[in-house]
Parts: sequence; C-alpha cells; structure tokens
Amino acid sequence: MDEEVPAGTWVEIGNVLLPPGGRAPQVPADTQTVPLEMRVKGFLLEPAAIGTEARIETLAGRRLSGSLLAANPAYDHSFGPPIVELLAIAGELRQ
Amino acid sequence: MTFRHTSYAEIMTQRGEIMRASVGIDYDRYRIGRIAFDYEGLMRDTGYGLAQVTEIQRRTAVGDTPLVELRNITALARRCAGPGKGARIFVKDEAANPSGSFKDRRASLSIHEAKRRGYQGVAAATSGNYGAAVASQAAKAGLRCILLQEAFDSQGLAQPEIAEKTRACEAYGAEVIRLSVGPELFAVFLQVLKETGFFNASLYSPYSILGIETLGYELAEQTRTLTGRDPDMVIVTHAGGGNITGTARGLFKAGAAGTRLVAASVDLAGLHMASDRDFNRKSFTTGHTGFAMPFTTWPDRADVPFNAARPLRYMDRFVTLSQGEVFYATQLLAVLEGMERGPAGNTSLAAAFAIAQELDEEQIIVVQETEYTGAGKHPFAQLNLARCLGIDVRRGDPRGGRPGERILIPERPEQLAATEVKLEPLRRSYIRHALEQLPAGAELGEADLAFLSAETRTTTAHVKEIIDEMPRTDR
Repeated sequence: MDEEVPAGTWVEIGNVLLPPGGRAPQVPADTQTVPLEMRVKGFLLEPAAIGTEARIETLAGRRLSGSLLAANPAYDHSFGPPIVELLAIAGELRQ
Repeated sequence: MTFRHTSYAEIMTQRGEIMRASVGIDYDRYRIGRIAFDYEGLMRDTGYGLAQVTEIQRRTAVGDTPLVELRNITALARRCAGPGKGARIFVKDEAANPSGSFKDRRASLSIHEAKRRGYQGVAAATSGNYGAAVASQAAKAGLRCILLQEAFDSQGLAQPEIAEKTRACEAYGAEVIRLSVGPELFAVFLQVLKETGFFNASLYSPYSILGIETLGYELAEQTRTLTGRDPDMVIVTHAGGGNITGTARGLFKAGAAGTRLVAASVDLAGLHMASDRDFNRKSFTTGHTGFAMPFTTWPDRADVPFNAARPLRYMDRFVTLSQGEVFYATQLLAVLEGMERGPAGNTSLAAAFAIAQELDEEQIIVVQETEYTGAGKHPFAQLNLARCLGIDVRRGDPRGGRPGERILIPERPEQLAATEVKLEPLRRSYIRHALEQLPAGAELGEADLAFLSAETRTTTAHVKEIIDEMPRTDR
C-alpha cells in the first residue's frame, strides 16, 4: 500500500473524461479505441495515496478532484542525445 | 471538474451562449447574408486602432522587435543561385517578445480587453506558443489563467514541444489542463468557460488579429529605414491563418501595397490531426499543413462563430517545406547567424532561402518571425522522439521524405526548395465548404457572392464559374 502523500504537496491528478467507444463521432478509428484523458496539477488539499481520489487547488485557484497520479511530477522533457546529422552542417558550410 | 460522456453533446448545444458570454461579441449582428458576414465591421467595432494597439503592447514590452539582416544566409543563397540572383534576407526577431514569440502580440489585446471588461480570468485552448503568451500577459495584468492543451497520446507520451509549453505556462502561474488526443478538447474548453465565467482569449477573435497588425506595420517601417525601400516579399509561417492575416493588414496600413505575401507551411500530408497514433509522429506541432489546409479552405472551424483570421484573402502564394528542410534551416540560422531559434517559426526561413534565389540581388525578403527555443522545443528533442517511434532520420534529398515515416535532412543547401501549393484548388475547396453551410433550398444573395469574392480574392464572375462547374450534389 502506497504511503499517503501529505497535504500541500505539488501533485498531478487525472480523470477519464470519455471512455473508449464514447468518443466524438468525427474521431478517427484508432482514437475511438482509447479514452479521452485529462491531467492537471496543483497543491494537494488533503492527504491521499497514489491511485486514490484526491482534491487539489490549481494555480488558477480552482479546486478540482481526480485520481492522484504523481507527487512532485517532473518536467523531464530535454534535448536528448546529439543529432549528429545536424551538428555536421556547421563544418560542411565552412568548406 | 465534472465531465461525463452524456455531457459532451449537451455542452456542444450551449456553444452559442457560452461563446457570447466569454468573448463579449454578439457575432450574429455581423451576419449580412446566408454565408456572408461584415468582416471589416467586426474588426472596426472593437474600437482599437493601430496606434492604440501599439501603445497597449508597449506597456508590457510587446513588439518593437529587431529586424535583423541575415547576411551570411543571403551570401549562401547567392552561392546557390544564378548570376544576379539572391535577394537580401531579413528576419523579424519576434523571439525578443516577453514570452518568446509573436504570440504575445495576439494575447496582449485580448488580455487588455478582458481586464477592461472586468473578467476575473482568461482561458484559451492552445498547445503552442500562444499559451505561454496568454499566461505571460495574464500574469502582468493580474488575471487568473487556464490553458487547455492537447498534450499526450494514449501511452501517456507527451509531445516534447508541448511539454515545454506546459512548463512555461505553469512558470507564469497558469493552470494547465492537459488532454490526450482528440477534438473533444473544444467541449472541455466550453465546460471550463461555463464553469469559470472567464474571458475566451481565442486565437481567432478580432483582438488576436488586430494585435498582429503591429508586426506587419513595424517590419514595413524598419525595412524602409534600413534599406530605403519596401520589402518585395514577406514570408509567413502559416498554420491557422492569423499570422498572415494580421501581418497583411499591418503592411496595408503601412502603405506597403506592392509587397507580396507568401504563406509557408511544413508538409505533414498523410498524418491525421485527430489520430492518437499519428500525434507524436508529427515532428512539428504548428506551422504545418494539418492546420493550414483546413483553416485556409474553411476558416470558420475555430472556437468563435466568425474567425477573424481569413488567410485566402491575403496570400499571394503558398508553399510547403519538408520537416527535414526546416530543421536544416534552423541549423543554418544557428551556425551562420548565431541565432538559435525555432524550430517551427523557421518554416518561413527555409522558404526564404529557396525563394530568395528566384529574386534579384537588390530585392528584399522579410521572414516575419522567430520564436524561442529550448528543451523539448528543439530539433534534437523532436528528432530523438521521431527515432524512438521508428521514424527513419538521416541525410538525403528532402524530396524523398515522408511525414511520419522518413525525415531527410538536406545534404547540401542547394537541396532546399519550396513546393508550390496552387491557390485555385484552395479557392474551389473554400467555396465548396461555404456552399455546405447553405440551408437546403437556399440561394446565395448578392452579399454572399461579394463576400466569397473577397474571401477568395477573385471576381464574383469567377466565383459564379466555380459554383457552376461544381457537381450538382455539391451545390
């Protein structure tokens, strides 16, 4: 059993807004088979364990509820490994 | 927030009243025919002239960005061109705006208007630079801010460029609602507007377009100061149509009547915009044909009843570039001019490099934007994701690329080429979409024909010809 995340922690919650098969009619076949999901971050209002229902206050001051997905969710987008095909261009243009 | 399957259809039926309350414009007033609406009246009745927009933007350090001559890129284009060819290329460094893109111009007037009307907050549906711009302007105005992004696929994999925009918006103090792939985002947006009573800072309102006019005006004035002449050509990265519309209107207000306007988009043909599978196989999240084609051939598919962005009214020419070519141009700007920008905003730069070779040396091309770059929002991040998803990334003739399957980064600058999109089929497609809006049995009036003629930049006689040539079922 997960430990409870303390109130006041910056967290992400999520909800399924539309289930597979319940999507808008104009949605293509592959998207029809998956749910429409929503995620939003904020400060946890009461202690809750990951995977349980939780309430947050968002940066806009709204109070929203949903399943607790993560505590202190990371910004993990980056540059990644070098793309040497692009790095080579500088040298080519000097020749 | 509550949002259930049954509420989707219900919220869509409330679309009209939610829009009226959240944009503060009674769009029905402007209807003048079965299809036609009074476009200039809609723009004029906002009450904002160019001088006032400029003054509002200066208060938050928006606009007045440098126009930079790209001497080394021009020299390289001349090496690739025939004798006497190779126009001077300039770029408007819009990354110098507070949140790092020209989108600050679009957000500034909306946020000013929201504040003036006493709204407590603003909301916008956008996964791009516009979100950061709205959040930045709202922060300055002391308004609360909610942004909705289409941000991740069903595997939970976030588009890196959008992940960076999530971070930026949260850094500016905004609530970011991230959604998985699908057009139902619009219904969620309506729900948020209804629940909060916030102002809809739509990308497609008159305020948004009036905010871009300063960009066209400034670049005309700056080009005159630096070169003593008007730009021969302005190239605009084209997606939803606002950028080209506002820029063209600003150029017109500056009296640059002879300047030709070129729209440039990244070619993403074959990738479906609402497909969960295709979502992360697009290595560009904006400036691409997935927005440009539908919005050029029918602008009124936006989050307001009448879109103030009307691209076919303003474009003289429309070209596409491959993803590999735009990444190559992004690298040219970095290694030849010392400016690390983009990537999507460099679509127009890639087009300029190719098109400059058609023009004479004394002629002038202005690339009308740059945008900030950083983690996620960078060619490395996009190409690493592409490789992860099995897309073949290598050097080669970019003509051999295929969106979602193979990205070919040019081996030589000579391989950059702008592919022409013919305007006549776009006009026909626009008119076909317009006729689809007609109730059964209804006929077009004179006002409608005049409107279609202005919309497609052709004569009413030609509009009639196009209609007459259509199969019966389309009429």
